[in-house]
Amino acid sequence: MAIFINETTRIVVQGFTGKIGTFHAQDMINYGSNVVGGITPGKGGQTHLGLPVFNTAKEAVQQAGAEASIIFVPPAFAADSIMEAADAGIKYCVAITDGIPTQDMMTVKNFLRRFPKDQRMILTGPNCAGTISPGRAMLGIMPGHIYLQGNVGIVGRSGTLGYEAADQMKRLGIGVSTSVGIGGDPINGSSHRDILEHFENDPETKVVLMIGEIGGPQEVEAGLYAKEHMTKPVIAYIAGLTAPEGRRMGHAGAIISSAGESAAEKVALLKDLGVVICPTPAAMGDTVAAVLAAM
Amino acid sequence: MDIHEYQAKDILSGYGVKIAEGGLAYSPEDAVQRTREIGGHVWAVKAQIHSGARGKAGGIKICKTHDEVQAAASELLGKRLVTHQTGPSGKVCSRLYVEAGTDIAKELYFCFLVDRSSERIVMVGSAQGGMEIEELAINNPDAITKIYIEPAVGLQDYQAREMAFALGLQAEILSHAVKTIKGCYRALRDLDVSMLEINPLVVTRNGELVALDAKMGIDDNALFRQLKISELRDKTQEDPREMAAADRGLSYVGLDGDIGCMINGAGLAMATMDMIKLAGGEPANFLDVGGGASAERTEKAFRLVLADKGVKAMLVNIFAGINRCDWIAEGVVQAVRKIDMKVPLIVRLSGTNVEEGRRIIAESGLPIITADTLAEAAEKAVQARNEVVAKEAALEI
Repeated sequence: MAIFINETTRIVVQGFTGKIGTFHAQDMINYGSNVVGGITPGKGGQTHLGLPVFNTAKEAVQQAGAEASIIFVPPAFAADSIMEAADAGIKYCVAITDGIPTQDMMTVKNFLRRFPKDQRMILTGPNCAGTISPGRAMLGIMPGHIYLQGNVGIVGRSGTLGYEAADQMKRLGIGVSTSVGIGGDPINGSSHRDILEHFENDPETKVVLMIGEIGGPQEVEAGLYAKEHMTKPVIAYIAGLTAPEGRRMGHAGAIISSAGESAAEKVALLKDLGVVICPTPAAMGDTVAAVLAAM
Repeated sequence: MDIHEYQAKDILSGYGVKIAEGGLAYSPEDAVQRTREIGGHVWAVKAQIHSGARGKAGGIKICKTHDEVQAAASELLGKRLVTHQTGPSGKVCSRLYVEAGTDIAKELYFCFLVDRSSERIVMVGSAQGGMEIEELAINNPDAITKIYIEPAVGLQDYQAREMAFALGLQAEILSHAVKTIKGCYRALRDLDVSMLEINPLVVTRNGELVALDAKMGIDDNALFRQLKISELRDKTQEDPREMAAADRGLSYVGLDGDIGCMINGAGLAMATMDMIKLAGGEPANFLDVGGGASAERTEKAFRLVLADKGVKAMLVNIFAGINRCDWIAEGVVQAVRKIDMKVPLIVRLSGTNVEEGRRIIAESGLPIITADTLAEAAEKAVQARNEVVAKEAALEI
């Protein structure tokens, strides 16, 4: 099963013919992802990496049966591309682009909410490494080889910290059902809580590792959801114990701006909600192993 | 990006928000001249630094004579003001805003900000102004009114009226209040403002609504389309190391510890700093070198970290994804050879081509301490730092 993507998911790349789009499209194809084409307005009808280029997302859906898309469009135009994908009937979209203005993301979220839930595109990102269902499909920019196929769901804000987790798990022989990057921006397509819901409903996922960080309410909202609605254990690590208040730590959203947003506060709140806490970022693999062993 | 009070007021004034008459001063003489231009008998001399809570830090002086203005300006210019928002190192005041005194009848709190939970702009107000909203939220949360704005249709008149009534404003100034509130919202939407705080918003004895302070933060991600706002950047208010880093495409935050860090990815950087802390050390900085850490970029990052003379050891932690460990290793070796490194260097590589990367470091003959895991890297960095500190102490004796 896994969530969002598997070996049959028909993928298009938005911003296909650019340097970054080309590089990662090739990498995804090499991994075995079912890339069926790409979208670059004005280059429709051309062939790139042996695949068709479409002018619009609607053409990609109608002519290539596109179901999922990945966005490498520059920040100024990315919100527009996301909305185009949603309107065309794409079911799942990953936005890699870093630097989309917050007001644009508010517009995007508002736009998506207009669709009835069963027809609403799921967006993850922006400013993320993408999604991978190891051994099946990769819709992102991560190094696919560090993930072992298995039963642990990973959801995280950070790319490389997610790699670190997957790597620690692989060393212990633990695999991943799907790893979803939700990105480091203050307003993102899907929250930690949204992804937990998908993992709860995925028969293949046994436990979920949530990798959070300072700033925003999402980790605690996810903890509340886990307590009230989940049967599967949730393990969390929250990065940024040493982060000072009011300073932005790399990610646009990684800033402590109100009560409850520091790592220490989030850890305390999550602990109260029954979430298993990884005491250190070096213990993500071991903590997952211990939870799996106790099941 | 933050802008100064006087800049924010200038913008708001263009959107129909009433402000007191005032002017900018770079010297005590300027300040006195401004008071002459403004006229009247009472003036506020206000330090322009990128922080709230300036009053408590002594950054706002009420003056009744030109001599007092002169003295206040002399004291404030060049002074380092420390508030809870500036951090312990504070911010230097190099500009003053001299403003006509306002005859205050009532102080209110008013702000707009991005609410991450509802993913909307929220308007926040309280009839109990002057106090900091954080204190109010703890001591008297019922005194705060929040109104959420639907992004597609924007702020409506009825919402502005609801806020005006919540602020306890009288019917006579209702239409002016609605105009003020809507003006603020239009500025926010037009200029990609992520936070606008007017504390206090005051009712004067003449029954006018005046923005006595204004704090404005602009969404950094939107600066590409806010060129006029970008020009308002005051580099003296920003950490020079952070500015230098930003110019090189690196993300850097200076901290108070003494273990320098260079890491790829914001999350891994924060996690590595956490490990340093857990191992008993303190990080000197946050530094994300990003995905494409080329040799050139690596060298720049090294120089940036080592420019902080308090650094006693440096830790490099790279998880190579798109990148390759062998490229990173070559970059590190090159950087160390070019820069005369005086402090121990600990390198941990992981991910693509890790064996090759480790071999390059080992064969370089450089005194680089290597580590396989995150925990080991942090422990070795703290240990190396402690040895340096112990040696320094021994030398002093």
